[in-house]
Amino acid sequence: MDKVYVLLMGFISIVIVNNLVFTKFLGICPYLGVSGRLDMAFGMGMAVTFVITLAGTLTWLIDNLILMPYGLEVTRYVCYILVIAGAVQLVEMYLRKFFPPLYESFGIFLPLITTNCAILGLCLFVNLWGIDNFPEAAVLSFGAGIGFTLAICIMAGIRENLNIADVPDSLKGAPITLITAGLLTLAFMGFAGMIK
Amino acid sequence: MENKAPSISKVFAAGLWQENPVLRLLLGMCPTLAVTTAVKPALTMGLSVIFVLFCSNIVVSLMRNLLKPHLRILMFTLAIATFVTIADLFLRAFQPEMSAVLGPYVPLIIVNCIIICRAEACASKNGLFISIIDAIGMGIGFTVVLCILGGIRELLATGMIFEIKVMPSFFVPWAAMRMPVGAFITLGLILGLVNFVTGKKT
Repeated sequence: MDKVYVLLMGFISIVIVNNLVFTKFLGICPYLGVSGRLDMAFGMGMAVTFVITLAGTLTWLIDNLILMPYGLEVTRYVCYILVIAGAVQLVEMYLRKFFPPLYESFGIFLPLITTNCAILGLCLFVNLWGIDNFPEAAVLSFGAGIGFTLAICIMAGIRENLNIADVPDSLKGAPITLITAGLLTLAFMGFAGMIK
Repeated sequence: MENKAPSISKVFAAGLWQENPVLRLLLGMCPTLAVTTAVKPALTMGLSVIFVLFCSNIVVSLMRNLLKPHLRILMFTLAIATFVTIADLFLRAFQPEMSAVLGPYVPLIIVNCIIICRAEACASKNGLFISIIDAIGMGIGFTVVLCILGGIRELLATGMIFEIKVMPSFFVPWAAMRMPVGAFITLGLILGLVNFVTGKKT
């Protein structure tokens, strides 16, 4: 029971309290880039959730089963980026073969995920926080993806309404998006310190 | 040789202003926002990025004719990851304090869009010399913006710059500037200001 409790708390913590986008600035590029429309944002969020879960668990396994026992920590970053690129490639091929309509709708987002800092960032944070059991690493990876989806969908919803707002000319586009993001962060700061 | 000189200065200047990675292309937002709580980490980050950009542009430029198109991005990323590992180990050995502050944001240079973008847009199409100039220009442009942002936030959050007190004693520090909110809003206002200034000219 204790273990389930820890896992649940970890999940809530990474989705809301330690949301990667709001507190760690990870995945800001797609957060600002593709949050123009709600459906696109949701698609991006789902694709990221899938890849982040896969990459997070795989890198944890590689780190603990191969790199650490043999003292190869120096090659960690190279391994991580290879795993992520491989996972994205795998997802891309799998979707193209078995779910062509879904593949069409993801379009350009899929290859872009490789350079999404949220994914590499999560792998590094799992390592930094010293997560030492497999279920926890898997739950955190999945939670990080859900957190990203949450953030990008909230942002897309706000931006859809922002389109009809009267914004000063020089603030149109990226500047107002950043300021909105700042206010959103302020709102999420209310959760800080709630868990761990 | 004569018509090459202006193009070099043009490439260099593009990185500083017209194509400034942060202000104009909106690339590399993640480190820009995360490490600019003060000037010193911002400067360290900027220098690391210059180093990685410089090395990766050289390598990419040298191997541009050997690459198959579909393996291109993977090779770029691998080259970048190698140089980032070097930079990270260097920082850990000689600047342990800064390394602790920057934490995972040093390895995150690997997925910094600036570097991949420059490898793809410049180094894979141009010769060695132009690539080096481009890397230096872009790197300096990035570092300058990072330092300005870091300076504003450090000044308002603590009243100090480079850990030296500059504000008068009645100044009340704005704690919010140290937090993510400060980063987002300061950068948003800077972008707005840049748009305002350049919008006037044209």
